Amino acid sequence: MRMTLPIFLQNLANGILLGGLYALIAIGYSMVYGILRLINFAHGDIFMMGTYFAFYGITLFLLPWWLAFVFAIIGAGILGFLIDRIAYKPLRNAPRISALITAIGMSIFLESLAVVIFGGIPKSFAPPRIYPKFFSKMLQIGSIRVQILTFFILGITALLITFLIWFVYKTKIGMAMRAISTDIATTALMGVNVDFVIGITFAIGSALAGAGGILWAMKYPNVNPYMGFMPGLKAFIAAVIGGIGSIQGAMLGGFLLGMIEIMLVAFFPRFAGYRDIFAFIILILILMYKPSGILGAKLEEKV
Amino acid sequence: MQYRKLPTKLKVFLTIIFIIFMAFVLFLSQKFLDTYWIRILTLIGIYGIMAVSLTFINGITGIFSLGHSGFVAIGAYTAALLTMSIEQKQMSFFLKPLIWPLNSIQLDFLSATIIAGIMAAIFAYLIGYPSLRLTGDYLAITTLGFGEIVRILILNMISVTNGPLGLKGLEEYTNIWWAWGWLLVTVLVIGSLVNSSYGRALKAIREDPIAAKAMGINVTKHQLMAFVVGAFFAGISGSLYAHWLTTIDPRPQTVGILLTFNVLIMIVLGGLGSITGAIFGAAAFAILSEWLRIVETPFKIFGIQVPAISGMRLLVLSTIFILVMLTWRRGIMGRSELTWDGIYNFFLRLKRKH
Repeated sequence: MRMTLPIFLQNLANGILLGGLYALIAIGYSMVYGILRLINFAHGDIFMMGTYFAFYGITLFLLPWWLAFVFAIIGAGILGFLIDRIAYKPLRNAPRISALITAIGMSIFLESLAVVIFGGIPKSFAPPRIYPKFFSKMLQIGSIRVQILTFFILGITALLITFLIWFVYKTKIGMAMRAISTDIATTALMGVNVDFVIGITFAIGSALAGAGGILWAMKYPNVNPYMGFMPGLKAFIAAVIGGIGSIQGAMLGGFLLGMIEIMLVAFFPRFAGYRDIFAFIILILILMYKPSGILGAKLEEKV
Repeated sequence: MQYRKLPTKLKVFLTIIFIIFMAFVLFLSQKFLDTYWIRILTLIGIYGIMAVSLTFINGITGIFSLGHSGFVAIGAYTAALLTMSIEQKQMSFFLKPLIWPLNSIQLDFLSATIIAGIMAAIFAYLIGYPSLRLTGDYLAITTLGFGEIVRILILNMISVTNGPLGLKGLEEYTNIWWAWGWLLVTVLVIGSLVNSSYGRALKAIREDPIAAKAMGINVTKHQLMAFVVGAFFAGISGSLYAHWLTTIDPRPQTVGILLTFNVLIMIVLGGLGSITGAIFGAAAFAILSEWLRIVETPFKIFGIQVPAISGMRLLVLSTIFILVMLTWRRGIMGRSELTWDGIYNFFLRLKRKH
């Protein structure tokens, strides 16, 4: 297939879309890592859970699609809060590796819980059953055709990220979050309820993951218990590329990774089957040559 | 109270007696137990090798690797491709023919297993060389990615691995003797490494890499060697595993993230950083997960019929895993080993009490 301008633009649109979704998930990773230095492996599974909440909100409780989405996002946030309370909080003062191992256990727990409750058979997340057919209509812009869904997903992503930036930089809890990521002990001495703020961080990160999951399922209409694994890993990679701990970095990393993935497959269709490998190669390269990421502050190793 | 040590000669003697005793126990169990339990015993041996090699990397050296399934997969496929008969290969590879020279060789089980270990070790060197500069979480993610990359490669390199169809109809070479024999080799090699000056260097690195470096230990070199040795035995266990299952395919349950997770459960249960603990953990895991098959078949509890729920086993296992991490982080053995000195002192203390 020859690369023509319309095909290139088509891929560009796809890349931006995928990148936006990665960015949405990466932010949650980055926020938690910035505060606790913990890779929350369960993040990808919260993404999956959020999608299931939306699916059952619509098919079982017969809610209108937008209300189900809102409830699902809130549900994912509550789930994230609970996971922190139950599994990570007791290990705050334990060696960091213990929390990491627990996070892996939590990830497998959520996956098997989903298999037991929701069943292992993939479910279809497609219109008109889930959301109106209107979104899957094609829009002709110049020589390329874009689904209305694309604009919807990008719009929601932009909205959520704007809200998040407002929250982190303009509210008191946001200020406490930033303080904790600099120095957790001192922040506690200043009278900040550290555990509550960490819980809120988990809740917000998880809510964003839930939103990402729903939007992901609208684009790739297949819901299954393992759907969070790969996007979760890649979002983490995106967060590292951009500089982990930084929200803007996570966004930048997400868009970059999405774009690189789509473009590599577009230019070298022969390697389409190996698509999931690119991200890890990029990760190793970034960690070797610029471990702090593009926008990250340099984390000094303390002796 | 003073910690007394036994003379080295006596300990060697006791160890040999113990090995002979274990061999006798295995011989008896092979003679009198039914096929099902013999298979479980064999599996314990295989899991033991996986757990000991992972605890050597994770618990003793402190490299938090999550790529163990990758090495097991490499070992499994290498050995399977070497032991399959030429006709069997021609029959299996109908999507794309197998590449030369794999399509025209067949080796015995022992050489195939050793080559499997060497292949895994080579890959460990190649992946470890760039990635062992990373530490902690980054290394965990990179190695996890490596495990997944191996799986994706297996899925896509159809002319070598038969892709998603996997390799079927392997001879069931792995018996109790192979599994426990290799477990013995693993424990002897890794045990003597741990007790040498090399092992002390590894433990120093685990406790504090920067201090170890200041004491003149070449951190990267030591870590790389531990990684390669661990991967070698993971490859061996892969070969045994493939010839125990008699079929191997690139599903996450067989050679993917779930396998790594299972081995992680074993070593956490046994105590992260203990070789004997890893073996106890492997045995506990194998028995527990067999026993948990009950919850995946329909059963009656208080007169209520509970239908078969698939996935229940993993749910119970991961719950146990999280509970162990939250309440009993030390595991069965903690970081200590079950040694003759330890047993001797235990009995001495018992005697004093009376």
